[in-house]
Amino acid sequence: MPLDIRTYHDLTEPDRSGLAEQIGVQRRRLAQRMESVRRVVAVMSGKGGVGKSFVTALVARAIARGGRTAGVLDADLNGPTQARLLWREAGDGPRPPLTIREGAVIPAVGIDGVRFVSTDLLLADGQPLAFRGPDADRFVWRGAMEAAALRELLADVAWGTTDVLLIDLPPGLGRFEELSDLLGAPPAVLTVTIPTIESRDAVRRALRAATARGAQLLGIIENMTGGKFEGTAGEDLAREFGLELLARVPWQPSQEIWDTLGSRL
Amino acid sequence: MKFLCVECDRQMSFEERALPGDGTLAAVFRCPACGRVVAMLTNPMETQLVASLGVKIGGSTIESQPLEMIRSSVATGRETAFEEREPPSRSSAAPTWSPEAQDRLTRVPSFVRGMVKKIYTEYARDRGIEEITPALMDTARTELGLEGM
Repeated sequence: MPLDIRTYHDLTEPDRSGLAEQIGVQRRRLAQRMESVRRVVAVMSGKGGVGKSFVTALVARAIARGGRTAGVLDADLNGPTQARLLWREAGDGPRPPLTIREGAVIPAVGIDGVRFVSTDLLLADGQPLAFRGPDADRFVWRGAMEAAALRELLADVAWGTTDVLLIDLPPGLGRFEELSDLLGAPPAVLTVTIPTIESRDAVRRALRAATARGAQLLGIIENMTGGKFEGTAGEDLAREFGLELLARVPWQPSQEIWDTLGSRL
Repeated sequence: MKFLCVECDRQMSFEERALPGDGTLAAVFRCPACGRVVAMLTNPMETQLVASLGVKIGGSTIESQPLEMIRSSVATGRETAFEEREPPSRSSAAPTWSPEAQDRLTRVPSFVRGMVKKIYTEYARDRGIEEITPALMDTARTELGLEGM
């Protein structure tokens, strides 16, 4: 016999927990924080090891040198590198603490004045990102914790007035999906590949995912050209998706390449 | 999640929650019509999933802290990751910490200590409590849903 009772959406009486309202507060907090950011650009690939983080840091520095304010959020929570790339202290020098003031985290200020936040600033030396929690079935809740960490890095960091906030995504598509959900709309996407056919195939999937979400595609950067990597991934992807091949970055790129790229964003 | 008293066809109201310290959570709900009480008990994995959403069953009376989930959940945090530079509150004098409470606070990892101290201080100040003791910390922890703090 079917159960004849009111269901979830039928119950509209005030609830002290207010879970939906708590989620709403989180979303409004994130949206308010992003109001001071003029443009959010996700640097993605779908393929690991193509130099996304390197490109992100150098493009951010070029934007800052060009007189605009640039920020970098290192969304590669498990393999963070932006502190190494952007912090002024070379080598193994101490990383800066993150200042908490007036209910917000103040981003670190790196080379050329780029503001940045990375889990590399939060984690003990050499330690992985590990969460407290039940040992059994960690796979069930681990992803949710990472998405929550990304939400906090977006909502709780006072970027201030920022012309371009670059988000350095890890390989794969999951973080881009989380980011799009958290922002309420997909960010613009700057795509990085290396010349090889393997990279082309992986990046193609990422571009299709970004297209399916309705993201604005800013163009392709082909990295690590002129060396041992053979192929025409950059040209192939640009042609296939009707995009501009913004730059072919050699192994020893000049500052001019970055300055030109920075001026395009 | 909501609870319905089927007999009365009334949505049950949240009453209180308890954190036994073993990763589980108990939340008590009461029917406003007949007074029937039920307890929802979540296992550690379910409790963790709720925590990952950054929400608290039963709500919270104080504003969330910056990076609250990260600071309270990351087990591999750097000791010197944060520098707290909150201006002193002008609304009322800060409560004092009893020696026992101070001792307990020193056992909190420094990655999260500043946040924990601020939460307990605000909790005491909001209630006009002049001294923070371990008993008060226990009460606040349960009332605010601060598992692991």
